[in-house]
Amino acid sequence: MQASAPSCPRGGDGALAKRTTSRQEVLVFLALHGKLAAKLIFAATAPLVLAATGPDWREAPDRVPVVHVAAGSFDYRIAGAFDREGRPVDAPVRRFAVGRGLAVMKTQVTVADYDRCVAFGGCAQRTAKTGQRPDAPAVGVSWQDASAYARWYAKATGKAWRLPTDAEWAYVAGSRFADDAVTSDDGSGSFARRWLAKYDEESGRTAVEKAPRPVGGFGENERGVADLAGNVWEWTDTCYLRQGLDAEGEPTGARTVNCGVRVVEGAHRAYVTDFIRDARAGGCAVGIPPANLGFRLVRDEPSRTRRALGRLQSWLARA
Amino acid sequence: MFTRRALMAAAAVTAIVAGMPAKADDISKLPREHVELVAPPFIHAHEQATKAGPKVIEFKMTIQEKELVIDNEGTKIHAMTFDGSVPGPMMVVHQDDYVELTLVNPETNTMAHNIDFHSATGGLGGGELTLVNPGEQVVLRWKATRAGVFVYHCAPGGPMIPWHVVSGMNGAVMVLPRDGLKDETGKQIKYDKAVYIGEQDFYVPRDEKGKFKSYESAGEAYPDTLEVMRKLTPTHVVFNGKVGSLTGKNALTSKVGERVLIVHSQANRDSRPHLIGGHGDYVWEAGKFANPPEKDLETWFIRGGSAGAALYTFREPGVYAYVTHNLIEAVELGATAHFKVEGTWNDDLMKQVSPPGPIGGGARTGALEAPAQHKH
Repeated sequence: MQASAPSCPRGGDGALAKRTTSRQEVLVFLALHGKLAAKLIFAATAPLVLAATGPDWREAPDRVPVVHVAAGSFDYRIAGAFDREGRPVDAPVRRFAVGRGLAVMKTQVTVADYDRCVAFGGCAQRTAKTGQRPDAPAVGVSWQDASAYARWYAKATGKAWRLPTDAEWAYVAGSRFADDAVTSDDGSGSFARRWLAKYDEESGRTAVEKAPRPVGGFGENERGVADLAGNVWEWTDTCYLRQGLDAEGEPTGARTVNCGVRVVEGAHRAYVTDFIRDARAGGCAVGIPPANLGFRLVRDEPSRTRRALGRLQSWLARA
Repeated sequence: MFTRRALMAAAAVTAIVAGMPAKADDISKLPREHVELVAPPFIHAHEQATKAGPKVIEFKMTIQEKELVIDNEGTKIHAMTFDGSVPGPMMVVHQDDYVELTLVNPETNTMAHNIDFHSATGGLGGGELTLVNPGEQVVLRWKATRAGVFVYHCAPGGPMIPWHVVSGMNGAVMVLPRDGLKDETGKQIKYDKAVYIGEQDFYVPRDEKGKFKSYESAGEAYPDTLEVMRKLTPTHVVFNGKVGSLTGKNALTSKVGERVLIVHSQANRDSRPHLIGGHGDYVWEAGKFANPPEKDLETWFIRGGSAGAALYTFREPGVYAYVTHNLIEAVELGATAHFKVEGTWNDDLMKQVSPPGPIGGGARTGALEAPAQHKH
């Protein structure tokens, strides 16, 4: 079910491209204008809400260990399928800014965490047969499951927890982010040359053991975030994108975005249909597929305005 | 088991005595050639056509009972193998040659085994004359009277027969016409490369949680395995002994213009090979070379207990998947091989006229940013 499968005959994930451009347009519209509306509503009601909820909930301790990743920017090869004059090429590298810093769950959501959501009726049962240890990452979850968890967890904690975007994941992963350029393709020759080069590179992936380790088992990266690129791949919110590029690598022609397929990140990047809980390979696909599908959540660090309001609230509470 | 084993030992002694080659003078005068076998998908070097007269071709196979991992999840079975591989190695001779096989059953094995050649005449294909217990060996000679690709397998009697076969004890023989393969008009056709794909169905028991079980020994696995076998639903259908044994780093290779003969055997169960993106230019579906080949097939049928041969010339570079076209078996159970084919793309045969893009246009264009639903 990997949309990236280079040798798949047509009709696989393509057939699932049910939510395309129009939906993305609506989401972008809402993201832009909805944010403005939310800002206005927040400014008007924040003092009331804060007074009603007691101590500043934004300062309340998180239920899981959180790593605060500072704002910054980095160059990153974006996710998606790109072609130049009809020949597939590597995705372009773009500068990406994390404007406000991110609070990131230090570890992936665990079996215990996830099962709590199931018990409270917020999440569907997992189907995984392995990883039953409560302190192991919850695996065998689809993007839909992970999104349901994010909604439930955000509500339960009163904080805007959500799945990261692919770029945010890459930023947080730092040295553990794997660039997916097909390095052995020099861009010459037919598409079949690149197809074979990609096949060989994907064949060269080393197998990882399937059984999830208890959280922390794959160590921390330089930012102190644990288990990135271990044997549990993580769902992101980023949709599958397809775009033509001109000779300078700039977008040309129309773009399609398919949100029925989301980007998953880990030891390599993959594209997986949103209801899939086990991204096995087989048939025309090659290489080592994501061993397990899990996730972790992020939230934006509070803005200056929110922080100031928080301080005001604390001061009011003391007075 | 022990009573059975005693019976088998007795049978084996009888078999050896009865099987003493009464070498006729004409056969003893024939030239002899010893051929070292190689593990599939490779086939030992051979002539496609020969001007020489019949020979006695000597082969030796050592039976190995051993644990094999059969999928990417590490599922293990106690396999039974001819010469260590599943399937066993392919033997190639010419029509009217004599095959002289030394079959060794080392003392380290636990069971009696034999070999039934579908290409041989009489004696249950040799099965009656080759039953060897651990610590024994036997030499069998048979005349290759019919040209074609044929299955061989272990058939040590009763319920042991299917169990040994689905534990991996099968392989194939290719008997080539002395003047080579021919098309429907009788014109000789040659191949640049031949590969041997042996399809294997496995029946691995599961525990209460649905996980594949492993056992200390073949004997301990037998009762549960038999139960799975009797449901006739394999847990694995694989090429060359393991899921992925002919994909990725192990993918078969070819190049545009190369003529590849693909020999496919299935000792137990029907199969329907299909080359995704290619065809069978010439196909001996039932595998027997005295019959004219069928042409331009999309999918061909391998009857359980037979081998077939397909000749194909690759015309486009890229990746080809060779599957059994029950796609559930191909994708879910493992029966997939890949060919990586080098060469120059031919736009005349295929071209992507317009790359995938939005239907009818009107979609967004403009500067690319990291696509995200959450803006900062």
